[in-house]
Amino acid sequence: MSEILKGRAWVFSDDVDTDLIYHNKYLAETDPKNMPQYSFEYYPGKEHFAKEVKPGDFVVAGKNFGCGSSREHAVYCLEYAGVPAILAETCSRIYYRNAINNGYPVLFVKGISAAIKEGKIKDGDLLEVELATGTIKDVTSGNVFHGDAVSDLENDIMQAGGLFPYLKQQAAQK
Amino acid sequence: MGKTFAEKALGRAAGYEVVANQVVTVEPDWCMSHDNGAPIARTFKKIGVKNVWKPERICFILDHAIPAPSSDHAVNHLEVREFVKEQGIPNFFDVKSCGGVCHQKMCEEGYALPGLIMVGSDSHTCTYGAYGAFSTGIGRSEMAAAWATGKIWFKVPESMKVVVEGKFKPGVSAKDFILKFIGDVKADGADYMSVEFHGQGIADMSIAERMTLCNMGIEFGAKNAVCKPDQKVLDAIKGKEKCDRWEVLWADDDATYAAEYHYDLGDIIPGVAKPHKVDNYGDINEVKGTPIHEAFLGSCTNGRIEDLRAAAAILKGRQIAVRTVVIPASWIVYRQAMKEGLLDIFLDAGCIICNPGCGPCMGNHEGILAPGEAAISTANRNFKGRMGDKESFIYLASPMTVAASALKGEIADPREVL
Repeated sequence: MSEILKGRAWVFSDDVDTDLIYHNKYLAETDPKNMPQYSFEYYPGKEHFAKEVKPGDFVVAGKNFGCGSSREHAVYCLEYAGVPAILAETCSRIYYRNAINNGYPVLFVKGISAAIKEGKIKDGDLLEVELATGTIKDVTSGNVFHGDAVSDLENDIMQAGGLFPYLKQQAAQK
Repeated sequence: MGKTFAEKALGRAAGYEVVANQVVTVEPDWCMSHDNGAPIARTFKKIGVKNVWKPERICFILDHAIPAPSSDHAVNHLEVREFVKEQGIPNFFDVKSCGGVCHQKMCEEGYALPGLIMVGSDSHTCTYGAYGAFSTGIGRSEMAAAWATGKIWFKVPESMKVVVEGKFKPGVSAKDFILKFIGDVKADGADYMSVEFHGQGIADMSIAERMTLCNMGIEFGAKNAVCKPDQKVLDAIKGKEKCDRWEVLWADDDATYAAEYHYDLGDIIPGVAKPHKVDNYGDINEVKGTPIHEAFLGSCTNGRIEDLRAAAAILKGRQIAVRTVVIPASWIVYRQAMKEGLLDIFLDAGCIICNPGCGPCMGNHEGILAPGEAAISTANRNFKGRMGDKESFIYLASPMTVAASALKGEIADPREVL
């Protein structure tokens, strides 16, 4: 799996909470396909994200991405918008689990919070991301970042395509 | 080498000794869901398993929007009722006088017990650590999988030790401490960690106060938060235990911690979390005089009888200056408040009292804010627009600070009106 994904960066701060990603006003929606239209509606300066995001674009964030509620909408609204992965310094625990359980990759990228603050990675930068190695190249700025690999169990769940396919695999093996 | 609480609780559940960072699969003692049980039930049906693994271990408590403020919410409630019936789930708190906020009910009904593994499809499930349980919030897919398989995976977390000594001065309470603490360690201070509260300061606290601390664990990233299950806990659960699987567990003195903090409660003064982040701490001297338009006293953080008493002591014989919504955390709390005459005190002061439930905490109903309005609230989150309009503001505070502020129509120091 040495595929290199290419897409534009959408850059966010530290502590992006679940209400900023997907506001509680829209929690009654339960069809993931309808969720992308509400992405980042409450994030100041990113109100246009839902309209302008293109499949393949990346969400780049600082520390503690997805803090707050346990709502899975905050994962679906990006996954179904075609964002192939989230690149963040760290991620809240429940958000991370929700992502893994849906087979949705989150790369933990050391130093990216500071890089965002210092303007070393900006909105619209073209990124080349290799999920297998965690290497992120910002083609626009020339900076390179390195993401961590996930644990074995987490990787198994991701490779299976999420928690349900993983559990089915496990059940079949018994 | 000694073990942390998390290592003991997850090791007990796994059936073998574990250390931090190991991944284990365990059977949860309780799986709690609220109104979001409806979409979880839909997901569960898609898995292709006919019956839940153990109906007697699943709890449903409707609280987020009750009675239903819209037909969408009503449909959720309806689906929960149908699922409960179809699966034979015995632990169900419907929109009736047996109900209340899910975390309050799990505690006051005797589900929260020392040493149990408890998961809930709500991020504030960490509240049950006040009873010595290992409890944490999970997402909806994960809950559906737990219902189907009776299993859930955890990475044994590293632990943070928070040692708390001393006593609060008058007008200061557990909420002021935890807001200050979150301001110090920030919103990601305990990401993925198990947080243990130690020390005489915690031992001297009521269980209600410990619930306030553990409830706010998620607001600084904790996987779970826990206090030592002492005699107060044993007295509180006596005769109410909903199962016999529990066991008192606590960390060894020589356990290994990833971080350690020390606080003296005597140093704490009233404070708030300013908009729009819980770690945006401001002490009372900084924010005093900020105009507010609504006060909210309630929620899983601070809607207990102890909280209502503290607020009522300040409101007694006085008049509020802004609309004030009081929501007891359960009907048991409501009845107790009624018996003690607290409801009369609130009504005489001009407050309105709503039915137990989550109320305006996450912006569903019963106190939504208009553009430009600010609320002072005893709840746990002040994210942008959480209680209503995108251009509204939420200050989080203790019940005493909320009461004092309601009287003035601006953020006020409760120590001046005691």
